Amino acid sequence: MPANVPSAEYRPPPPGVFVHRHHWIVRVTHWVNAVVLLGMMASGLQIYGAYPHFGIRGRPLPLPNPFDNRGLPHWARLGGWLAGGLNWHFALMWLLFANGLVYLLYLLFSGEIRQLAFRPRDIAPAIEMQKYYLGLRKEHPVQGKHNALQKGAYSFIVALGCVSILSGLALWKPVQLGFLTAMFGGYEITRYWHFLAVWLFTAFIVVHVVLVFVVDPASLRAIITGRYRGRFPSGTAATAPRIAPPNTEEHAAVAATAAAAAAAAAVAEPEPDAQRPEDTP
Amino acid sequence: MSDRRRFLLAAAAAGASSALAACGWDGGPLEGTLARVSRFNDGVSARLFGEGRLARTYPIARRTPENHFPAYYVTDGGMPMLKDPAAWRLEVGGLVRRPTVFTLDQVQALPRLTYTVKHHCVEGWTAIATWSGARFAALADRVEPLPAARYVMIRSFDNGYSNGWDLPSALHPQTILAYAFNDRPLMPDHGAPLRLYSPTKLGYKLTKYVYAVEFTATRPGGYWEDQGYPWFGGL
Repeated sequence: MPANVPSAEYRPPPPGVFVHRHHWIVRVTHWVNAVVLLGMMASGLQIYGAYPHFGIRGRPLPLPNPFDNRGLPHWARLGGWLAGGLNWHFALMWLLFANGLVYLLYLLFSGEIRQLAFRPRDIAPAIEMQKYYLGLRKEHPVQGKHNALQKGAYSFIVALGCVSILSGLALWKPVQLGFLTAMFGGYEITRYWHFLAVWLFTAFIVVHVVLVFVVDPASLRAIITGRYRGRFPSGTAATAPRIAPPNTEEHAAVAATAAAAAAAAAVAEPEPDAQRPEDTP
Repeated sequence: MSDRRRFLLAAAAAGASSALAACGWDGGPLEGTLARVSRFNDGVSARLFGEGRLARTYPIARRTPENHFPAYYVTDGGMPMLKDPAAWRLEVGGLVRRPTVFTLDQVQALPRLTYTVKHHCVEGWTAIATWSGARFAALADRVEPLPAARYVMIRSFDNGYSNGWDLPSALHPQTILAYAFNDRPLMPDHGAPLRLYSPTKLGYKLTKYVYAVEFTATRPGGYWEDQGYPWFGGL
Protein backbone atom coordinates (compact mmCIF):
# COMPACT_ATOMS: atom_id res chain seq x y z
CA MET A 1 0.00 0.00 0.00
CA PRO A 2 1.42 3.43 -0.87
CA ALA A 3 2.47 5.30 2.22
CA ASN A 4 0.18 8.27 1.71
CA VAL A 5 -3.04 6.30 1.35
CA PRO A 6 -5.11 5.98 4.52
CA SER A 7 -5.60 2.53 5.93
CA ALA A 8 -8.61 0.56 4.77
CA GLU A 9 -10.18 0.89 8.21
CA TYR A 10 -11.28 4.41 7.29
CA ARG A 11 -13.11 5.51 4.21
CA PRO A 12 -13.45 9.28 4.09
CA PRO A 13 -17.00 10.44 3.45
CA PRO A 14 -17.43 13.40 1.12
CA PRO A 15 -16.52 16.78 2.65
CA GLY A 16 -19.31 18.82 4.20
CA VAL A 17 -20.84 15.88 6.03
CA PHE A 18 -20.83 15.50 9.78
CA VAL A 19 -18.88 12.42 10.80
CA HIS A 20 -18.58 10.70 14.15
CA ARG A 21 -15.09 11.62 15.23
CA HIS A 22 -14.72 11.04 18.97
CA HIS A 23 -16.47 8.58 21.27
CA TRP A 24 -17.83 10.18 24.44
CA ILE A 25 -15.20 8.35 26.51
CA VAL A 26 -12.48 10.04 24.46
CA ARG A 27 -14.12 13.46 24.82
CA VAL A 28 -14.67 13.17 28.58
CA THR A 29 -11.17 11.80 29.28
CA HIS A 30 -9.64 14.46 27.03
CA TRP A 31 -11.14 17.34 29.02
CA VAL A 32 -10.67 15.73 32.42
CA ASN A 33 -7.05 15.19 31.43
CA ALA A 34 -6.69 18.81 30.29
CA VAL A 35 -7.80 20.14 33.69
CA VAL A 36 -6.04 17.51 35.83
CA LEU A 37 -2.77 17.73 33.91
CA LEU A 38 -2.68 21.52 34.32
CA GLY A 39 -3.31 21.01 38.04
CA MET A 40 -0.55 18.38 38.26
CA MET A 41 1.92 20.68 36.51
CA ALA A 42 1.01 23.72 38.59
CA SER A 43 1.19 21.83 41.91
CA GLY A 44 4.40 20.15 40.74
CA LEU A 45 5.96 23.53 40.06
CA GLN A 46 4.88 24.62 43.54
CA ILE A 47 6.75 21.59 44.95
CA TYR A 48 9.76 22.27 42.73
CA GLY A 49 9.99 25.80 44.18
CA ALA A 50 10.82 24.36 47.62
CA TYR A 51 14.21 23.21 46.29
CA PRO A 52 14.80 24.56 42.77
CA HIS A 53 17.93 22.53 42.03
CA PHE A 54 18.88 19.08 40.77
CA GLY A 55 21.46 16.76 42.25
CA ILE A 56 22.34 15.64 45.75
CA ARG A 57 23.40 18.37 48.22
CA GLY A 58 26.92 19.58 47.51
CA ARG A 59 27.05 17.89 44.10
CA PRO A 60 24.72 19.60 41.59
CA LEU A 61 23.86 17.62 38.48
CA PRO A 62 25.17 19.30 35.31
CA LEU A 63 21.77 19.17 33.58
CA PRO A 64 20.19 22.04 31.65
CA ASN A 65 17.69 23.90 33.85
CA PRO A 66 16.73 27.50 33.06
CA PHE A 67 14.80 27.52 36.35
CA ASP A 68 17.76 26.69 38.56
CA ASN A 69 17.68 28.60 41.84
CA ARG A 70 14.37 30.25 41.09
CA GLY A 71 10.84 29.10 41.44
CA LEU A 72 8.09 29.59 38.92
CA PRO A 73 5.85 32.69 39.03
CA HIS A 74 2.87 32.65 41.35
CA TRP A 75 0.32 32.23 38.56
CA ALA A 76 1.98 28.99 37.42
CA ARG A 77 1.74 27.36 40.86
CA LEU A 78 -1.06 25.62 42.73
CA GLY A 79 -1.29 25.00 46.46
CA GLY A 80 -0.01 28.23 48.02
CA TRP A 81 2.85 26.53 49.90
CA LEU A 82 4.76 23.26 49.84
CA ALA A 83 2.21 21.22 51.83
CA GLY A 84 -0.64 22.63 49.72
CA GLY A 85 1.23 21.77 46.53
CA LEU A 86 1.92 18.25 47.80
CA ASN A 87 -1.70 17.66 48.78
CA TRP A 88 -2.97 18.85 45.40
CA HIS A 89 -0.36 16.76 43.61
CA PHE A 90 -1.08 13.60 45.63
CA ALA A 91 -4.85 14.02 45.17
CA LEU A 92 -4.88 14.85 41.46
CA MET A 93 -2.48 11.96 40.76
CA TRP A 94 -5.35 9.50 41.34
CA LEU A 95 -7.57 11.34 38.86
CA LEU A 96 -4.74 11.50 36.32
CA PHE A 97 -4.08 7.79 36.73
CA ALA A 98 -7.74 6.70 36.67
CA ASN A 99 -8.55 8.93 33.71
CA GLY A 100 -5.51 7.73 31.78
CA LEU A 101 -6.41 4.13 32.54
CA VAL A 102 -9.99 4.57 31.28
CA TYR A 103 -8.66 6.18 28.08
CA LEU A 104 -6.07 3.46 27.45
CA LEU A 105 -8.61 0.70 28.11
CA TYR A 106 -10.99 2.39 25.67
CA LEU A 107 -8.24 2.56 23.04
CA LEU A 108 -7.43 -1.11 23.52
CA PHE A 109 -10.97 -2.49 23.59
CA SER A 110 -12.36 -0.29 20.80
CA GLY A 111 -9.41 -1.09 18.58
CA GLU A 112 -8.90 2.64 18.09
CA ILE A 113 -5.32 2.16 19.17
CA ARG A 114 -4.66 1.05 15.59
CA GLN A 115 -5.40 4.57 14.34
CA LEU A 116 -3.30 6.15 17.06
CA ALA A 117 -0.19 4.06 17.56
CA PHE A 118 2.83 5.22 15.60
CA ARG A 119 4.43 2.25 13.86
CA PRO A 120 7.50 1.93 11.62
CA ARG A 121 5.29 2.14 8.51
CA ASP A 122 4.24 5.64 9.62
CA ILE A 123 7.76 7.00 9.20
CA ALA A 124 7.50 7.73 5.44
CA PRO A 125 4.07 9.45 5.70
CA ALA A 126 5.36 11.43 8.67
CA ILE A 127 8.13 12.81 6.46
CA GLU A 128 5.51 13.72 3.80
CA MET A 129 3.45 15.56 6.44
CA GLN A 130 6.51 17.40 7.63
CA LYS A 131 7.23 18.45 4.03
CA TYR A 132 3.68 19.78 3.76
CA TYR A 133 4.04 21.80 6.95
CA LEU A 134 7.37 23.18 5.73
CA GLY A 135 5.82 24.20 2.40
CA LEU A 136 7.90 21.71 0.41
CA ARG A 137 4.74 19.98 -0.73
CA LYS A 138 1.61 21.72 -2.00
CA GLU A 139 -1.30 19.43 -1.21
CA HIS A 140 -2.08 17.93 2.20
CA PRO A 141 -1.24 14.21 2.13
CA VAL A 142 -4.24 11.89 2.25
CA GLN A 143 -4.74 10.63 5.76
CA GLY A 144 -6.86 8.40 7.95
CA LYS A 145 -8.35 9.59 11.22
CA HIS A 146 -4.96 11.02 12.16
CA ASN A 147 -2.00 11.82 10.00
CA ALA A 148 1.34 10.17 10.67
CA LEU A 149 2.72 13.17 12.54
CA GLN A 150 -0.36 13.24 14.74
CA LYS A 151 0.09 9.54 15.41
CA GLY A 152 3.67 10.25 16.41
CA ALA A 153 2.64 13.13 18.65
CA TYR A 154 -0.23 11.27 20.32
CA SER A 155 1.82 8.12 20.83
CA PHE A 156 4.60 10.22 22.30
CA ILE A 157 2.26 12.02 24.67
CA VAL A 158 0.74 8.76 25.92
CA ALA A 159 4.27 7.44 26.52
CA LEU A 160 5.17 10.69 28.28
CA GLY A 161 2.12 10.27 30.51
CA CYS A 162 3.31 6.79 31.45
CA VAL A 163 6.86 8.05 32.14
CA SER A 164 5.46 10.87 34.30
CA ILE A 165 3.37 8.50 36.39
CA LEU A 166 6.17 5.96 36.81
CA SER A 167 8.81 8.60 37.66
CA GLY A 168 6.30 10.18 40.04
CA LEU A 169 5.83 6.85 41.83
CA ALA A 170 9.62 6.48 41.95
CA LEU A 171 9.89 9.86 43.70
CA TRP A 172 6.98 9.24 46.05
CA LYS A 173 8.30 5.85 47.27
CA PRO A 174 12.04 5.66 46.48
CA VAL A 175 12.53 2.94 49.12
CA GLN A 176 9.40 0.80 48.74
CA LEU A 177 9.58 1.10 44.92
CA GLY A 178 13.37 1.34 44.87
CA PHE A 179 13.63 -0.76 41.69
CA LEU A 180 11.66 1.91 39.86
CA THR A 181 13.84 4.72 41.20
CA ALA A 182 16.95 2.76 40.22
CA MET A 183 15.50 2.19 36.75
CA PHE A 184 15.27 5.95 36.23
CA GLY A 185 18.88 6.41 37.37
CA GLY A 186 18.39 7.19 41.07
CA TYR A 187 16.29 9.70 43.00
CA GLU A 188 18.02 12.90 41.86
CA ILE A 189 17.90 12.02 38.15
CA THR A 190 14.32 10.75 38.46
CA ARG A 191 13.41 14.16 39.82
CA TYR A 192 14.88 15.71 36.70
CA TRP A 193 12.93 13.38 34.33
CA HIS A 194 9.77 14.21 36.21
CA PHE A 195 10.50 17.94 35.83
CA LEU A 196 11.46 17.60 32.15
CA ALA A 197 8.08 15.97 31.50
CA VAL A 198 6.41 19.27 32.55
CA TRP A 199 8.18 21.13 29.75
CA LEU A 200 7.52 18.41 27.18
CA PHE A 201 3.82 18.49 28.13
CA THR A 202 3.88 22.29 27.91
CA ALA A 203 5.48 22.19 24.45
CA PHE A 204 2.94 19.60 23.32
CA ILE A 205 -0.01 21.63 24.61
CA VAL A 206 1.21 24.80 22.85
CA VAL A 207 1.73 23.04 19.50
CA HIS A 208 -1.49 21.03 19.89
CA VAL A 209 -3.63 24.14 20.53
CA VAL A 210 -1.93 26.23 17.84
CA LEU A 211 -2.45 23.50 15.24
CA VAL A 212 -6.11 23.13 16.20
CA PHE A 213 -6.77 26.79 15.47
CA VAL A 214 -4.41 27.19 12.51
CA VAL A 215 -4.87 23.91 10.65
CA ASP A 216 -8.19 22.38 11.68
CA PRO A 217 -10.52 24.55 13.82
CA ALA A 218 -13.36 22.08 13.15
CA SER A 219 -11.57 19.57 15.38
CA LEU A 220 -12.39 21.74 18.42
CA ARG A 221 -16.08 21.10 17.86
CA ALA A 222 -15.34 17.40 17.39
CA ILE A 223 -13.57 17.01 20.75
CA ILE A 224 -16.55 18.70 22.47
CA THR A 225 -19.60 17.36 20.62
CA GLY A 226 -18.00 14.33 18.99
CA ARG A 227 -19.09 15.40 15.50
CA TYR A 228 -16.66 16.62 12.90
CA ARG A 229 -17.18 18.50 9.67
CA GLY A 230 -13.95 19.90 8.33
CA ARG A 231 -11.03 19.43 6.05
CA PHE A 232 -10.04 15.96 7.14
CA PRO A 233 -13.19 13.82 7.29
CA SER A 234 -12.84 10.18 8.28
CA GLY A 235 -14.97 7.59 9.96
CA THR A 236 -18.67 7.00 9.43
CA ALA A 237 -21.11 9.71 8.45
CA ALA A 238 -23.15 10.92 11.40
CA THR A 239 -26.43 10.83 9.48
CA ALA A 240 -25.91 7.35 8.06
CA PRO A 241 -26.20 4.06 9.95
CA ARG A 242 -22.95 2.94 11.53
CA ILE A 243 -21.07 0.42 9.45
CA ALA A 244 -18.47 -2.11 10.46
CA PRO A 245 -14.99 -1.43 9.07
CA PRO A 246 -15.17 -2.58 5.45
CA ASN A 247 -12.90 -5.54 4.89
CA THR A 248 -14.30 -6.85 1.62
CA GLU A 249 -15.36 -5.33 -1.68
CA GLU A 250 -18.95 -5.88 -0.67
CA HIS A 251 -18.52 -3.97 2.58
CA ALA A 252 -16.74 -1.21 0.73
CA ALA A 253 -19.65 -0.91 -1.67
CA VAL A 254 -22.11 -0.68 1.24
CA ALA A 255 -19.96 1.96 2.87
CA ALA A 256 -19.76 3.98 -0.32
CA THR A 257 -23.53 3.84 -0.71
CA ALA A 258 -24.07 4.92 2.86
CA ALA A 259 -21.59 7.77 2.49
CA ALA A 260 -23.31 8.91 -0.69
CA ALA A 261 -26.67 8.81 1.08
CA ALA A 262 -25.22 10.84 3.90
CA ALA A 263 -23.85 13.36 1.45
CA ALA A 264 -27.23 13.65 -0.21
CA ALA A 265 -28.88 14.15 3.18
CA ALA A 266 -26.35 16.85 4.03
CA VAL A 267 -26.93 18.64 0.75
CA ALA A 268 -30.68 18.51 1.29
CA GLU A 269 -30.25 20.14 4.67
CA PRO A 270 -30.23 23.94 4.29
CA GLU A 271 -28.30 24.86 7.46
CA PRO A 272 -26.28 21.99 8.96
CA ASP A 273 -25.26 24.22 11.87
CA ALA A 274 -28.85 24.37 12.97
CA GLN A 275 -28.97 20.59 13.24
CA ARG A 276 -29.83 19.61 16.79
CA PRO A 277 -27.62 17.09 18.57
CA GLU A 278 -30.65 14.83 19.13
CA ASP A 279 -30.84 14.31 15.40
CA THR A 280 -27.68 12.27 15.47
CA PRO A 281 -27.67 8.62 16.36
CA MET B 1 -21.92 33.47 14.50
CA SER B 2 -24.10 30.51 15.35
CA ASP B 3 -25.32 29.88 18.87
CA ARG B 4 -23.19 26.79 19.08
CA ARG B 5 -20.06 28.65 18.09
CA ARG B 6 -20.82 31.37 20.63
CA PHE B 7 -21.37 28.66 23.26
CA LEU B 8 -18.06 27.01 22.44
CA LEU B 9 -16.21 30.31 22.73
CA ALA B 10 -17.90 31.08 26.03
CA ALA B 11 -17.06 27.60 27.35
CA ALA B 12 -13.42 27.97 26.30
CA ALA B 13 -13.21 31.39 27.96
CA ALA B 14 -14.79 30.08 31.17
CA GLY B 15 -12.41 27.13 31.23
CA ALA B 16 -9.35 29.30 30.70
CA SER B 17 -10.33 31.87 33.32
CA SER B 18 -11.17 29.23 35.94
CA ALA B 19 -7.83 27.56 35.28
CA LEU B 20 -6.08 30.90 35.81
CA ALA B 21 -8.08 31.64 38.95
CA ALA B 22 -6.98 28.30 40.39
CA CYS B 23 -3.30 29.19 40.14
CA GLY B 24 -1.50 29.95 43.36
CA TRP B 25 -4.60 28.84 45.23
CA ASP B 26 -4.35 26.75 48.41
CA GLY B 27 -7.58 24.87 47.76
CA GLY B 28 -10.05 27.02 49.72
CA PRO B 29 -13.23 25.00 50.27
CA LEU B 30 -11.51 21.93 48.82
CA GLU B 31 -8.94 21.79 51.63
CA GLY B 32 -11.11 19.33 53.58
CA THR B 33 -11.29 17.03 50.57
CA LEU B 34 -7.54 17.29 50.04
CA ALA B 35 -6.98 16.38 53.70
CA ARG B 36 -9.21 13.31 53.31
CA VAL B 37 -7.32 12.21 50.20
CA SER B 38 -4.06 12.74 52.10
CA ARG B 39 -5.36 10.43 54.84
CA PHE B 40 -6.31 7.88 52.19
CA ASN B 41 -2.75 8.17 50.83
CA ASP B 42 -1.43 7.45 54.35
CA GLY B 43 -3.30 4.15 54.16
CA VAL B 44 -1.87 3.39 50.72
CA SER B 45 1.61 4.25 52.02
CA ALA B 46 1.18 1.96 55.03
CA ARG B 47 0.21 -0.87 52.67
CA LEU B 48 3.19 -0.23 50.42
CA PHE B 49 5.49 -0.20 53.44
CA GLY B 50 7.49 -3.39 53.68
CA GLU B 51 8.22 -4.18 57.33
CA GLY B 52 11.42 -5.96 56.41
CA ARG B 53 12.33 -3.96 53.31
CA LEU B 54 15.58 -2.07 53.85
CA ALA B 55 16.62 1.25 52.40
CA ARG B 56 19.82 1.15 50.40
CA THR B 57 23.08 1.92 52.25
CA TYR B 58 26.09 3.73 50.79
CA PRO B 59 29.87 3.59 51.18
CA ILE B 60 31.31 6.24 53.51
CA ALA B 61 32.99 7.88 50.50
CA ARG B 62 29.55 8.93 49.25
CA ARG B 63 28.84 11.09 52.32
CA THR B 64 27.65 14.62 51.63
CA PRO B 65 30.15 17.26 52.86
CA GLU B 66 28.84 18.26 56.28
CA ASN B 67 28.64 21.95 55.42
CA HIS B 68 26.20 21.02 52.65
CA PHE B 69 23.89 19.01 54.95
CA PRO B 70 21.19 21.42 56.13
CA ALA B 71 19.89 21.30 59.70
CA TYR B 72 16.47 22.72 60.56
CA TYR B 73 14.71 23.51 63.83
CA VAL B 74 11.57 25.47 64.64
CA THR B 75 12.65 27.40 67.77
CA ASP B 76 12.86 31.14 67.13
CA GLY B 77 16.15 32.87 67.73
CA GLY B 78 18.64 30.06 68.05
CA MET B 79 19.33 26.38 68.04
CA PRO B 80 17.63 24.37 70.80
CA MET B 81 20.32 23.43 73.34
CA LEU B 82 20.23 21.77 76.74
CA LYS B 83 21.42 23.95 79.61
CA ASP B 84 22.41 20.86 81.54
CA PRO B 85 23.00 17.87 79.20
CA ALA B 86 23.62 15.57 82.17
CA ALA B 87 20.06 16.17 83.39
CA TRP B 88 18.54 15.03 80.10
CA ARG B 89 16.34 11.91 80.27
CA LEU B 90 14.29 9.94 77.77
CA GLU B 91 10.85 9.17 79.16
CA VAL B 92 9.17 6.19 77.52
CA GLY B 93 5.58 5.52 78.49
CA GLY B 94 1.98 5.36 77.37
CA LEU B 95 0.49 1.97 76.51
CA VAL B 96 3.45 -0.08 77.78
CA ARG B 97 3.87 -2.67 80.50
CA ARG B 98 7.04 -1.10 81.88
CA PRO B 99 7.24 2.69 81.57
CA THR B 100 10.94 3.57 81.80
CA VAL B 101 13.13 6.64 82.10
CA PHE B 102 16.46 6.25 80.27
CA THR B 103 19.70 8.17 80.69
CA LEU B 104 21.78 8.74 77.56
CA ASP B 105 24.19 6.02 78.74
CA GLN B 106 21.30 3.59 79.01
CA VAL B 107 20.11 4.44 75.50
CA GLN B 108 23.66 3.94 74.23
CA ALA B 109 23.79 0.55 75.94
CA LEU B 110 20.88 -0.71 73.82
CA PRO B 111 21.66 -2.77 70.67
CA ARG B 112 23.24 -0.36 68.29
CA LEU B 113 23.05 0.16 64.54
CA THR B 114 25.28 2.25 62.27
CA TYR B 115 24.45 2.92 58.64
CA THR B 116 25.30 5.34 55.83
CA VAL B 117 22.04 6.24 54.14
CA LYS B 118 20.34 8.88 52.03
CA HIS B 119 18.25 11.55 53.71
CA HIS B 120 15.20 12.70 51.70
CA CYS B 121 13.77 16.09 52.61
CA VAL B 122 10.17 16.85 51.67
CA GLU B 123 11.51 19.93 49.89
CA GLY B 124 13.18 17.69 47.35
CA TRP B 125 16.82 17.68 48.40
CA THR B 126 18.85 14.66 49.40
CA ALA B 127 22.07 14.16 51.36
CA ILE B 128 24.04 11.14 52.56
CA ALA B 129 25.39 10.71 56.09
CA THR B 130 26.31 8.05 58.60
CA TRP B 131 24.09 7.71 61.65
CA SER B 132 24.54 5.55 64.76
CA GLY B 133 21.92 4.87 67.36
CA ALA B 134 19.87 2.47 69.40
CA ARG B 135 17.39 0.35 67.51
CA PHE B 136 13.93 1.62 68.27
CA ALA B 137 12.71 -1.99 68.34
CA ALA B 138 15.19 -2.72 71.14
CA LEU B 139 13.82 0.19 73.14
CA ALA B 140 10.29 -1.14 72.56
CA ASP B 141 11.39 -4.56 73.83
CA ARG B 142 12.49 -2.97 77.11
CA VAL B 143 9.19 -1.20 77.75
CA GLU B 144 6.93 -3.95 76.33
CA PRO B 145 4.14 -2.19 74.44
CA LEU B 146 0.61 -3.39 75.17
CA PRO B 147 -1.37 -5.03 72.34
CA ALA B 148 -3.50 -1.87 72.13
CA ALA B 149 -0.49 0.26 71.20
CA ARG B 150 -0.59 1.01 67.46
CA TYR B 151 1.21 4.35 67.24
CA VAL B 152 4.10 6.21 68.79
CA MET B 153 4.31 9.89 69.68
CA ILE B 154 7.84 11.31 69.73
CA ARG B 155 8.27 14.62 71.57
CA SER B 156 11.01 17.18 71.10
CA PHE B 157 12.22 20.09 73.23
CA ASP B 158 12.40 22.16 70.00
CA ASN B 159 9.49 24.50 70.73
CA GLY B 160 6.86 21.74 71.01
CA TYR B 161 7.93 19.88 67.86
CA SER B 162 6.64 16.34 67.69
CA ASN B 163 5.87 13.48 65.28
CA GLY B 164 3.33 10.70 65.31
CA TRP B 165 4.46 7.40 63.84
CA ASP B 166 2.75 4.15 62.98
CA LEU B 167 4.13 1.24 65.02
CA PRO B 168 5.34 -0.86 62.03
CA SER B 169 7.52 2.05 60.82
CA ALA B 170 8.87 2.63 64.33
CA LEU B 171 9.76 -1.06 64.72
CA HIS B 172 11.38 -1.26 61.25
CA PRO B 173 14.94 -2.66 61.52
CA GLN B 174 16.43 0.66 60.28
CA THR B 175 14.58 2.92 62.73
CA ILE B 176 16.99 4.18 65.37
CA LEU B 177 17.32 6.75 68.12
CA ALA B 178 20.52 8.31 66.82
CA TYR B 179 23.25 9.77 69.04
CA ALA B 180 26.06 9.94 66.48
CA PHE B 181 26.39 11.67 63.12
CA ASN B 182 29.29 10.80 60.79
CA ASP B 183 31.07 8.84 63.57
CA ARG B 184 30.99 11.71 66.09
CA PRO B 185 28.54 12.48 68.90
CA LEU B 186 25.41 14.20 67.64
CA MET B 187 25.72 18.01 67.75
CA PRO B 188 22.91 20.46 68.50
CA ASP B 189 22.40 21.24 64.77
CA HIS B 190 21.33 17.64 64.09
CA GLY B 191 19.27 17.23 67.24
CA ALA B 192 21.57 16.48 70.21
CA PRO B 193 21.38 14.58 72.38
CA LEU B 194 19.01 12.16 70.62
CA ARG B 195 17.21 12.16 67.30
CA LEU B 196 14.84 9.70 65.68
CA TYR B 197 16.25 8.49 62.37
CA SER B 198 15.14 6.23 59.52
CA PRO B 199 15.98 6.16 55.81
CA THR B 200 12.38 5.12 55.10
CA LYS B 201 10.81 8.40 56.24
CA LEU B 202 10.99 11.99 55.02
CA GLY B 203 13.17 14.33 57.08
CA TYR B 204 10.30 16.10 58.85
CA LYS B 205 9.27 12.77 60.43
CA LEU B 206 12.74 12.36 62.00
CA THR B 207 12.23 14.11 65.33
CA LYS B 208 15.27 15.95 66.71
CA TYR B 209 15.96 16.90 70.35
CA VAL B 210 13.87 13.93 71.54
CA TYR B 211 12.90 13.75 75.22
CA ALA B 212 9.81 11.52 75.29
CA VAL B 213 8.28 8.53 73.53
CA GLU B 214 4.66 7.61 74.12
CA PHE B 215 2.89 4.51 72.78
CA THR B 216 -0.74 5.26 71.91
CA ALA B 217 -3.85 3.55 70.56
CA THR B 218 -5.04 6.51 68.48
CA ARG B 219 -3.13 8.28 65.75
CA PRO B 220 -1.11 11.17 67.20
CA GLY B 221 -0.58 14.33 65.16
CA GLY B 222 2.67 16.18 64.76
CA TYR B 223 4.15 19.62 64.21
CA TRP B 224 4.12 19.66 60.38
CA GLU B 225 1.52 16.92 60.01
CA ASP B 226 -1.06 19.10 61.81
CA GLN B 227 -0.32 21.93 59.40
CA GLY B 228 -1.07 19.84 56.33
CA TYR B 229 2.02 17.77 55.51
CA PRO B 230 1.35 14.10 54.74
CA TRP B 231 1.10 12.21 58.04
CA PHE B 232 2.79 8.98 56.95
CA GLY B 233 5.70 10.71 55.22
CA GLY B 234 7.12 7.34 54.16
CA LEU B 235 9.58 6.82 51.35
